[in-house]
Amino acid sequence: MNTTYSWIKAYVPDLDVTAQEYTDAMTLTGTKVEGFVKADADLDKIVIGQIKEIERHPDADKLIICQVDIGTQITQIVTGAPNVKVGDKVPVVLDGGRVAGGHDGKLTPGGVEIRQGKLRGVESNGMLCSIEELGSTKELYPEAPEYGIYIFPEDAQVGADAVHELGLDDVNFEYEITSNRVDCFSVIGIAREAAATFRKKFVPPVVTATGNDEDVHDYVKVTVRDADLCSRYTARVVKNIHIAPSPKWMQRRLASAGIRPINNLVDITNYVMEEFGQPMHAFDYDQIAGHEIIVRRAENGEKFTTLDGQERTMDENVLMICDGEKAVGIAGIMGGENSMITDDVKTMLFEAACFDGTNIRLSSKRIGLRTDASAKFEKGLDPNNAEAAMNRACQLIEELGAGEVVGGMVDVYSAKKEPVRVVFEPEKINALLGTDLTKEEMLGYLKSVELEYDADTNEIVAPTFRHDIFRTADLAEEVARFYGYDNIPVTLPKGGATTGGKSFKMKIEEIARTVARYNGFSQGMSYSFESPKVFEKLSLPEDAPERRAIRISNPLGEDFSIMRTISLNGMLSSLAFNYNHRNKNVRLFELGNIYCPKSLPLTELPDERMQFTLGMYGDGDFFTMKGVVEEFLENVGISGRKTYDTSEKKPFLHPGRQARVIMGDKVLGYLGEIHPITASVYGIGEKAYVAVLDMPVIVSMASFDIKYNGIARYPAVARDISMLVPKAVKAGEIEDLLWQRGGKLLESVELFDVYEGIQVRPGFKSMAYKLVLRSAERTLEDADINGVMKKVWNGLEHMGIEIRS
Amino acid sequence: MNSQLKEIREQAMKRLSQADTLDMLNDARVAFLGKKGELTAVLKSMKNISPEERPAFGQMVNETRAAIEKQIEETKKMLESKALERQLAAEEIDVTLPAKRNPVGHRHPNQIAQEEVEHIFIGMGYEVIEGPEIEYDKYNFELLNIPANHPAKDEQDTFYITKDIVLRTQTSPVQARVMQQGKLPIRMISPGRVFRSDEVDATHSPSFHQIEGLVIDKDITFADLKGTLEEFAKKLFGEETKTKFRPHHFPFTEPSAEVDVSCFKCGGKGCRFCKGSGWIEILGCGMVHPHVLEMCGIDPEEYTGFAFGVGLERIALLRYEIDDMRLLYENDERFLKQF
Repeated sequence: MNTTYSWIKAYVPDLDVTAQEYTDAMTLTGTKVEGFVKADADLDKIVIGQIKEIERHPDADKLIICQVDIGTQITQIVTGAPNVKVGDKVPVVLDGGRVAGGHDGKLTPGGVEIRQGKLRGVESNGMLCSIEELGSTKELYPEAPEYGIYIFPEDAQVGADAVHELGLDDVNFEYEITSNRVDCFSVIGIAREAAATFRKKFVPPVVTATGNDEDVHDYVKVTVRDADLCSRYTARVVKNIHIAPSPKWMQRRLASAGIRPINNLVDITNYVMEEFGQPMHAFDYDQIAGHEIIVRRAENGEKFTTLDGQERTMDENVLMICDGEKAVGIAGIMGGENSMITDDVKTMLFEAACFDGTNIRLSSKRIGLRTDASAKFEKGLDPNNAEAAMNRACQLIEELGAGEVVGGMVDVYSAKKEPVRVVFEPEKINALLGTDLTKEEMLGYLKSVELEYDADTNEIVAPTFRHDIFRTADLAEEVARFYGYDNIPVTLPKGGATTGGKSFKMKIEEIARTVARYNGFSQGMSYSFESPKVFEKLSLPEDAPERRAIRISNPLGEDFSIMRTISLNGMLSSLAFNYNHRNKNVRLFELGNIYCPKSLPLTELPDERMQFTLGMYGDGDFFTMKGVVEEFLENVGISGRKTYDTSEKKPFLHPGRQARVIMGDKVLGYLGEIHPITASVYGIGEKAYVAVLDMPVIVSMASFDIKYNGIARYPAVARDISMLVPKAVKAGEIEDLLWQRGGKLLESVELFDVYEGIQVRPGFKSMAYKLVLRSAERTLEDADINGVMKKVWNGLEHMGIEIRS
Repeated sequence: MNSQLKEIREQAMKRLSQADTLDMLNDARVAFLGKKGELTAVLKSMKNISPEERPAFGQMVNETRAAIEKQIEETKKMLESKALERQLAAEEIDVTLPAKRNPVGHRHPNQIAQEEVEHIFIGMGYEVIEGPEIEYDKYNFELLNIPANHPAKDEQDTFYITKDIVLRTQTSPVQARVMQQGKLPIRMISPGRVFRSDEVDATHSPSFHQIEGLVIDKDITFADLKGTLEEFAKKLFGEETKTKFRPHHFPFTEPSAEVDVSCFKCGGKGCRFCKGSGWIEILGCGMVHPHVLEMCGIDPEEYTGFAFGVGLERIALLRYEIDDMRLLYENDERFLKQF
């Protein structure tokens, strides 16, 4: 929404503030001014001059020398304009002044400074201006010549400020109007707010009675068949139409709002739409069959040609304006070609109606046609405003001599909208705001926006143009706006103490971030939605559970169409991005959800599972990643022995370098080296490693119950076992056995040497473990130690392992 | 004999004074005090001396020996200290050579912003509560006073899964969930991911983060809302930060406000950063709409409350002068490293 300062001032005559003051104050009372443009920002020292003499330039065919009366003196100006003659009154920019741009309409930011100088040897003390040089266009100033200097009417005063005369000394404000304030999508609505903001008198236009002594009901009959979509339909008739340009003041106002003046009828309609916020439509009365209007829903598939010449297809939820035979307009959106006003129009049917906002919005979307009118209607208008706007338009018709208004108004208004009444409870308003305002102060603020107090019932009566006043909280906002949000005190909540803090889950996530970071991993974030192609990229088989993903019904595109069921795509894409940008030794992690549907299509919310995903390439290998995983698990109190299970293979991981991390019967996650094929699909040219930990499982197992065990009082005994192990036997199996056979006395197991090579028998590897034994109760004796070692050796030998020492 | 002892003593002292290594010192000790040393030889010759003279002579030998030993000890200390000095001098390093570091990863700028906000509110007794990212329409809209066909539903460009299930467009549904649980009073914040169907560009992302705040108690006022958010802004942007509350409209709060903070780059004088206004918009807030309270089972006659929502990316972008939102989701190490 835009308005000019001058138009607001027309209804708030005492308003006298700068553009910046207006902006700040209006914003603080809730009519947010997004910005303003001063039409004369780049115009300076421009007066109305009258050409007294013209002579040819001695050295240039296309130039003439003018003697121009600028009120205080006669000055000489050379111009190339072809359209001026002696006696013309023209805009003259004087020495040191500025214009907004060139006569080609190209604007120069900051303007163009005009200096006294010589043109082909002849002195020139300024410049005569075209409308384009003044920063405007012929569209907005239709009286301006096609090419050449703007010429003022004969009665213009020589020496006066030309910018003012053209109405260019104005400021155009742009507002952000919130959806609850439909009334502020009109000049009157904003002027009312401005008057209240600056505590000035609000003087809306006085609408006088109009019409001849005929009765409009003899001209037209209106039937509203679908009253649910049309709460009010008013119609009036204007005959003996005289189409002409509208007066300058109306053209100026429209121009200042960026609306191109066309003729008196169109301009009046546009003017009232801006002023009252009520769209109107004019039909050629002679094209209305049966002189009858029927408002009804369209038939499914009904074709209709709008006044822009486009044929459009309707459906049964679109509301149509019809005559006795055919449709003549799409209600609230656009009129029909078949009934539009032409220059030959003799009698006109004026419509001001109130259509259902939601229906207009949805219809306009479905038809694919959004107009100035539909944009207003879709917000939901006040039916009582339709009558006011209709009468205002007819008043202007009469004032402008555009036609003869027929008396009376056809008004189909099924359920009259009554003002909302809210009990006035000042103490509750104070309690909600934390203020201490008197009843009178509050009533003053409310009255300034026409919220009247009914002392008999102790109620505030909200005018019907206010769609947002229903209860005390709404009144509190009105009071607060005009009392000033700034003036409301600043306190802190009292009342019951709360402990605050984070959940257990969040603490585990915090530890995940910390462990990851201190192992060199930086935190990344990737999107929750991705492409279904991800499954192919990760080589997931057709029946993989990950393929059961939730689809977005209106995605931004196929690439963002499914909710991720696996977190790896984001990680691998990020690693690839880094690889492509030649970043070395990259380590990233992400904590983000995957979305596992319980059923498809979704009937209940899915299981959102937080995944702790780690990825790296460069320094480090599988065991580096394994170390990070174990460090994390130990930090959240999952310190028992984990099984690294290789019985199930992920297709996107190296078949011989991956494992699921299992503890008890719970799968905590998996880790591994990225399969070379997957790495090449993503474009990662190095060995990359990932780990994915399923946080819900980890959170369920995590524990911070620590009990101090005492520091060992008796000495430990270390024994090394060096052995020759068949290659197929895994370290994990040996360690399982060591722990199982070692019993209570075994304190730790450490693999300190693994060797495969020429000195070792083919098919075997050499391994050496250090076992530490200790008792909490006594010093171990040889017999204890030998007993344990004997059991261990026996066990190892059963696995086909040869003990070397 | 006497003169011989004197001679030995002088020679010993001379030799010791010449010893400038521990080895030379040891050689000197052996030469005089060793089994075959000169003083030992003199001692051995004692058998040739008359028994009457022996005690006096013995004493003289011992004195000589003691003098030499004392000198050896002193020389040794001196040499050791010199040796240590030499060693230390030899071990000097160039302390300006590069450090050896165990590389530590970096926090995501969003994460830093989130942690700061959480920290501030936890300190004021707020609980951090999460809610689902895929949410029922009922929580995302209906219970927040945005009924079916409300224009706000269109404005927010919602991603739909089904007619009733959406990707949440705001963290506000967590408010409704917490209020429905009915445990009062409430002081909570809720950070999380939200979604709107905006195409990706420098200032838009279809997925971003918000932090919602909600306080419900008896006698909570708009003044409390102002106080709380002023405190928040000061803690987040610095003690000098000023706040400005502007009336606004949100369906689920009444009265509602948008909050600007004085530009933390120029302090409010106006700069490129705040587009010359001196103010930067950071959040939306308001008193919880009584109808929302009613729908969530709380009696608005007894309880009031306030709510607010902050965009995390907005804070991160402002704080770190990041000019392109896409950087937040590319996970480029050269970017992440800077935080």
